[in-house]
Amino acid sequence: MTRTDKASPAAHYAMIIDLDRCEGCGDCVVACALENNVPPPNPKATPRTGLNWLRVFRLEAAGRDVFLPMPCMQCGEETPCQSVCPQKAVELDPATGIVGQIPERCLGCRYCMAACPYQARVFNWWDPQWPAGMEQTLNPNVSVRQRGTVEKCNFCHGRWHAAIEKAAAAGGRGPVAYTPACSEACPAQAITFGDLNNSEFAALTNKPESFRLLDSLGTGPKVFYKTASTAVRAAVTGAAKDTPHA
Amino acid sequence: MHSTHLIARGACRAPLPRFLMWIAPWVALFALGAYAMFLCLSQGLFHTNMDNRYAFGLWIFLDLTVIALGAGAFFTGFLLYVLHKKELKAVINSAVVIGLTCYSGAMVVLAVDVGQPLRAWFTYYHPNVHSMLTEVTFCITCYLVVLAIEYVPMLLKNRRLKLVPSFLVFEWELHKLMVVFALIGTLLSFFHQGSLGGLFGVLRGRPFAFREGLAIWPSTFFLFVLSAMAVGPSFVALTTWMVEKLARRPLVKPEVYDTLGRISGKLLLGYVFLKTVDTLLWINQTAPDRGFAAHRFYQHSAFGTWILFAEIALFGLLPAFILFQPKLRQRRGFLILAAVMACAGVTLNRFVLTIQTMALPTLPFDRFLSYWPSWQEFAAFGAIAAYAVLVYSFSYRYLTLFPQEREIALAEERS
Repeated sequence: MTRTDKASPAAHYAMIIDLDRCEGCGDCVVACALENNVPPPNPKATPRTGLNWLRVFRLEAAGRDVFLPMPCMQCGEETPCQSVCPQKAVELDPATGIVGQIPERCLGCRYCMAACPYQARVFNWWDPQWPAGMEQTLNPNVSVRQRGTVEKCNFCHGRWHAAIEKAAAAGGRGPVAYTPACSEACPAQAITFGDLNNSEFAALTNKPESFRLLDSLGTGPKVFYKTASTAVRAAVTGAAKDTPHA
Repeated sequence: MHSTHLIARGACRAPLPRFLMWIAPWVALFALGAYAMFLCLSQGLFHTNMDNRYAFGLWIFLDLTVIALGAGAFFTGFLLYVLHKKELKAVINSAVVIGLTCYSGAMVVLAVDVGQPLRAWFTYYHPNVHSMLTEVTFCITCYLVVLAIEYVPMLLKNRRLKLVPSFLVFEWELHKLMVVFALIGTLLSFFHQGSLGGLFGVLRGRPFAFREGLAIWPSTFFLFVLSAMAVGPSFVALTTWMVEKLARRPLVKPEVYDTLGRISGKLLLGYVFLKTVDTLLWINQTAPDRGFAAHRFYQHSAFGTWILFAEIALFGLLPAFILFQPKLRQRRGFLILAAVMACAGVTLNRFVLTIQTMALPTLPFDRFLSYWPSWQEFAAFGAIAAYAVLVYSFSYRYLTLFPQEREIALAEERS
């Protein structure tokens, strides 16, 4: 899926989602689906069988609704889905830190889905179908997936690919800056995307109000959340439920 | 050619019409299941009730179970050909048929369960050597070939087939190699039984299933091997007893049951001990180290601590105690009860690792999820059960599954 140029310095793309800004409008979900050729849901699909690379959970905390967008966490340490795939259809790209999925190689065994603690992976239970004419809107930079394969968020790999080709055409090498569709679409600017090798961006993830989901599992997720409210943080991390999890 | 010409000389079998009546409902069940499998293969897995959360369902749970129960094939072969437990020659053929049907049936269900079965060969071409599923795939397919080879001599000894001299020579030559196949089968089984346990033990993102272990293998690797070895002889004893009841005649001598029960009891006792140690380590160390208090996993009413008690004490320690005691296991009723309980215990263990692991939430704000299989899932597995019964029925009718049968019948006639 990804081209690894070992001579180039690697990037470690990451995302910071501001829970205090997210209004749960769902623009990120729609933008993600359009960008990545996620087909419209089958009429028989349920919330548990639908295809969403980005889900938005709604929680109640601190006397308000809290919306929690959840893409793939792009785990960087002992990536749970990568090690279990029997036929190398999941790859952690050292050049970007992105966990890629190769649908053309996927057996559809769903072992990676069982392994993912964030349930970020979805399965094509049906043949993907677009209403007549809507196939014209497909993004040519992203392949469509077929029935019986697993797919997931890849931080808009098509955009990364386009950015790196543009940079290469201009004679540039190494990491490129680009913006995934969800981050671009968010009207509240709740999703910030960047490279952890950039000290300015990395500093944002090290702030006291930043945290990661299920950090204690040691999988090194590269999606960070931030909130100024300790109650919201407790609700999201489960600290209120279970002390060892804090 | 009349069908009785195919039945072994001296063996008493039901008349053909009665045999056909026996297999008719199984053929019907097989046809229904085959239709369900066709739906899933041709239209998609939306015919199941699995979903993005419940990625594994009834099929994986039952696959793991039948592969554990089918372990009697490799372990009986190991005991007979390597450890020279000669009395087990009376059940080795039956054990091989059970193993063959269990493994081949599980493979068929797996082929339906994956979304892209035509890509199954990718695992051999692009193997991820770090994946337990790769090890399972390689070992199970190789072992299925071994089981098929072990089945061939049985087939060639059929009354009609053995009239062909070259078949008889081939069968004899193959028989001489059985010790080699028994050893290969043991090696392959050790790894795939273990890797099936490892499938869940390595899930570091699922703290309910995750286990520490030795080198690259989580503790579930070794527990699965041991539990399969413990329950395999019990299942062989149980199926032998069932066939005896259906055939209404003794097929093996009492000491065969005693040997199977004794071996099963000892291994089960060892398994229960190690499982208890493993559970205590998980509660006190592994789960807290991953940020989870183990008691949280048992807060959901459907899967309370009763399931832990049932798995370890009721269906582990109790049958182990019965099978371990010579006086108890020599009473056929107790032995069969203990064998049923041991099989239930291993079934429950596989249920816990598959279904309970999927049901439990990992994210703090997520909720417990339930799942009930669709009729297609039940029917597909029903087809495999029917297939197993049909293969076993035909094998029992036309091959010699129990070599002591004739000897026992002659002794009874004389007395």
